[in-house]
Amino acid sequence: MKAKLRFIIAACVLGLLMTGPFALTALLLFADSKDAERAAFAEFLLPRLPLGGLITAFGFIAGMMLLRGLFQQYVQGLLRMAETLHLMLGANRNFRVTPEGPPEVRELARAANDLAQQRDELLTDVDAQIRQAKATVEEEKNRLAALMSELAMGVVVCNLDGRILLYNSRARLQFKALAQGPTSTSGGALIGLGRSIFSILERGQITHSLEHIQQRLRKGSAAPTANFITATRGGALLRCQMAPVLGSAERAEKVDIPPDPRAALHSGPAPAAQSSALRNPASAPPAGQGGDEVSGQAVPAHQQTETATSMDAELQVTGYVLTIENITRNFEREAERDQALQALTDGNRAALGNIRAAVETLIDTPDMEADYRERFTRVIADEAEAMSQRLDATMNRFADSLKTRWPLEDVLAIDILAAAARRIEDRLKLPIKHEEQDASLWMRVDSFSLIQAITFLASRLQDHYAIRELRLRLATEGKMVFVDLIWSGTPVSSETLYTWELEPMTVGAETSPLTLRDVIDRHGGEIWYQRDKAAHRAFFRMVLPAATTPDVAANDQVQHLHSDSRPEYYDFDLFAARDAAGSGIDLDRKLSELTYSVFDTETTGLEPSNGDEIIQMGAVRVVNNRLLRQEVFDQLVDPGIPLKPAGIPIHGITENMVHGQPKIDVVLPAFHEFCAETVLVAHNAAFDMRFFQLKEERLGVRFTQPVLDTLLLSAVIHPNQESHRLETIAERLGINVIGRHTALGDAFVTGEVFLKMVPLLADMGILTLRQALDAAQKTYFARIKY
Amino acid sequence: MSHRVLVVDDEPNIVISLEFLLKKEGFVVAVAGDGEAALQQAEQFRPDLVLLDVMMPKKSGFEVCETLRANPALAGVKIVMLTARGRETEVTKGLALGADAYVTKPFSTKDLVARIKTLLG
Repeated sequence: MKAKLRFIIAACVLGLLMTGPFALTALLLFADSKDAERAAFAEFLLPRLPLGGLITAFGFIAGMMLLRGLFQQYVQGLLRMAETLHLMLGANRNFRVTPEGPPEVRELARAANDLAQQRDELLTDVDAQIRQAKATVEEEKNRLAALMSELAMGVVVCNLDGRILLYNSRARLQFKALAQGPTSTSGGALIGLGRSIFSILERGQITHSLEHIQQRLRKGSAAPTANFITATRGGALLRCQMAPVLGSAERAEKVDIPPDPRAALHSGPAPAAQSSALRNPASAPPAGQGGDEVSGQAVPAHQQTETATSMDAELQVTGYVLTIENITRNFEREAERDQALQALTDGNRAALGNIRAAVETLIDTPDMEADYRERFTRVIADEAEAMSQRLDATMNRFADSLKTRWPLEDVLAIDILAAAARRIEDRLKLPIKHEEQDASLWMRVDSFSLIQAITFLASRLQDHYAIRELRLRLATEGKMVFVDLIWSGTPVSSETLYTWELEPMTVGAETSPLTLRDVIDRHGGEIWYQRDKAAHRAFFRMVLPAATTPDVAANDQVQHLHSDSRPEYYDFDLFAARDAAGSGIDLDRKLSELTYSVFDTETTGLEPSNGDEIIQMGAVRVVNNRLLRQEVFDQLVDPGIPLKPAGIPIHGITENMVHGQPKIDVVLPAFHEFCAETVLVAHNAAFDMRFFQLKEERLGVRFTQPVLDTLLLSAVIHPNQESHRLETIAERLGINVIGRHTALGDAFVTGEVFLKMVPLLADMGILTLRQALDAAQKTYFARIKY
Repeated sequence: MSHRVLVVDDEPNIVISLEFLLKKEGFVVAVAGDGEAALQQAEQFRPDLVLLDVMMPKKSGFEVCETLRANPALAGVKIVMLTARGRETEVTKGLALGADAYVTKPFSTKDLVARIKTLLG
C-alpha cells in the first residue's frame, strides 16, 4: 500500500515536471506583453496547442513507463527480497535469494546469500561444539557412574535444602535395608531424586556437621570434612562422612570463559540444565549392568545470579557429599569387643587383687592357723579357677569380633564450647559466659553427641534450678580435658545428676536415643558434680580424652584456596538450584516442575464401600518430567477376604500370591511415606482415593496432597472423544502398552500418559497445578461419584 | 589407741585378706558388704579410715564417698578408694569427690598397709 502511494505521488511529480515549466514560461510571457502582442500570441498559439498537448502526453506516458519499470525492479524487487530474507531468518534456513533484476539488486542478493552461508557455517560449527561438549560431559558422567558404582560405600549428594541430587546403588541398598516395614514394601522408597535426606538422617546432625565444616573452612582446614554416627529410625547405625561441595569458584569459571560451549548454552533461550544432567539409568539402561548404576539429574534451570558476589563467597558451600556406611553390625561387634576387653581387664583385676592379697597374707604369716590357711588357699584356688574360665570365655567371644572403632574426631575444644554456647543461646535463650579457656586444647570426641549432652545439662539446670546464666570453662590435666559447666546460686545434689545421667537426653522437642551416661561412656570419660563453696558456685565437670592434633599447616591453606586439583565430576551443575518450595506443594508451580507419584491399585472388586479391598499397589515417581522407573513402589497386599473368582482373570492375582503378604495396615502407611510431598496421579483417581479414604481414619494416615486424574485430564484435552479408558488414551498419545493390569504396569502407563499430557495442557494455557485441578474439576466426568 | 578401719567391699574373697591383714597390723576392723551398710557402720563404728570399693551393689563407692564427705560429724575420716577399673578418669573423679587415696586392684598388700599408716599418721 505504501509503495503504491509513493508510486502515485511520483507519477504526479513527473506530470508536473513535464507541463509545469512550459505553462510557467507561457504565463510569464503573457503577463509581460501588451494587449496587441497578447492577441497575436494567443492567435499564434491556440491553434497549435493540441499538437503540443499530444507530444507532452506522449512524453508523460513514456516517462511513466520508465518510472514504473524502475519502481518494479528496485522497489518491489527489494521488497520481495526482504520477504525471502525473512524466510531465511526464520522458517527455512536453507532458502536462498534468487539473484534477479538489475545488476545492483542482483549484487545485493548475492551478498545476502553469502552472509546466510556464513551464518549457516557458524551455526553448524556451534552445533558441533555443543555435541562435542555434550560428549565430553557424557564421558565424565559415565566415568563418575563407574567410579561410584565401584564404591563399597553409599554416596549421596545433596543441595543445601537436603534434596537428594544424586545417589549410587549402594546408598539405595543401604537405605532399602533400613526402611521400615517389609523391605519389599518400601523398596528403597526413602531414597530418591528430589527427596529430602532428612527423612533418613536427622536434620540436627546434618546442620551441625555443616556448621562444623564451615568453621573448618573459615580456619582454612585442608580437609573440611565432618564425620558422624547416626542412628536411623529403624535402629540401624550409620557412619557418615560429609564433604562440602564448594560453589562459586567453579560457577565463575563457567561464566568467565566464553569459549566454553556451556556458556553459550546457558545464554541461549532453551533451558540448558539438561546438558549437565546426569543421565538416569532408566532412560538408557544397558541390559547387563544390573543395579550398579548411578541415578542423578540436574534440577531445573536456575537463575545465573550473583556470580559477582566477590571474595567472601569464594568458599560458599552449595551442597554436600555424604558417604554412608552401615555399621550396625560392626557396632554390635564393637560393643561386644569392648565388653570382652572389659571382662578381661576389669574382671580379672578384682580376681587378681583377691589372689594377690591372699598370697601376700599367707607369705607374711607363716604361722597361720590351719583353719585360716585353708580359707586363704580356697580363695586363691577359686579366684584362679574363675580367672581361667573368664579368660576362655572372653577369648572365644573376642575371636570373631572385628576391629572397628567408634570414630571420635579430633576437634579444638573451644570450637565445641562455642558451638554448644550457640546452641544453648539459640534453643534455651540462656546467656553463656566463657571463662578461662585454653584455645590450644584438642580433644577426641564425637562432637554432636557431646554438644547434645552439654545442651541437655544446660536445659535441665534451667528447667529445674532456674539458673540465669551458665559459664563454660576449659582446663586440662595430663591426657584429660575438663569441660566445666558453672553456675552460681542453687546447689544441685549429686543424686540429681545421677538421675539425669540415665535419662534420654531431651532438649525441647528434640530427643536423643542416647543418655548422658552413654555419651560419657562413649568417650571413656567421667562426669561429676562439685561445689566451689568459697565462690558460691557449683559446677558439673566432664572429663574427656585430650588429643594431640597439629595445627593446620600454612601451605595447606593456600593449596586449598587455589585448588586446581578439583575432581572433574565437581562440574555438575547440581548445586545452585535451591528448592524454593522446600516442603509442601505449591499449587502455582508449573506442572512440568513438580514431583509426582503416579500410582495404581488392583482390588478385589469395584465397590470399596461394600467391602472390596486393595490387593496390589504400584507407584512410580516422576521428577523433572521424567519417569523414574527405578524409584517404584510395588507391593501385593493380603486383603483379608477371599478373592472374587471373577476378578482373577483381570488382575491375574491368585490367593496363593496374596497369602502371607503384608496387610493394608502396613502397606498404606508405607505408600503414604513413599508419596510424601508429591502430587498424586492416577487414572480414575477417585476410585483409588475412595479405597484410601475408607482406611485413613483407622490407620492414621491422610493423603492430603493434590490429586490429578488422567481420565479427567484426557477429557479436558479431548472433550469430543468418546472413550477415556487408559488403553485408548495411551494409543491416542502413541504410547506402547506393556505389562498392563499389574498395579505397577498400569502406573507406568499412566505416568507416560501424564507426561505426554503436560505439553498438551500447556498448549491449552493450562500451565500450573491449580489450573489443571480447576480444569479437571470442570469436566463432565468430575461429577461421577463412586 | 589403735585406729579403727572400716572395710567396704562386696567380695568376701578380698574382705578376708584385708580383714586379716589389718587386724594383724593392730587395727580395729569392721566390715560392710554394700554401700548402705557402709553408711550405717560409719555412724556406729566411727572409723578413722574407710577402705571403700567403687563397684558395689545398691550404692556405688562414689556415692558413699560423697555422703561421708557431706556429713560434718565424719569430717576427719580418711577415705581410701579401691577399684577394679584402672581408668584415669575414674581416679580423678574419686579424688575430686573427696577420697584421700585411690588404689587400683590388684595392689600390693604391703603398699596398702603403708599407705593406710601414712594417712593415719
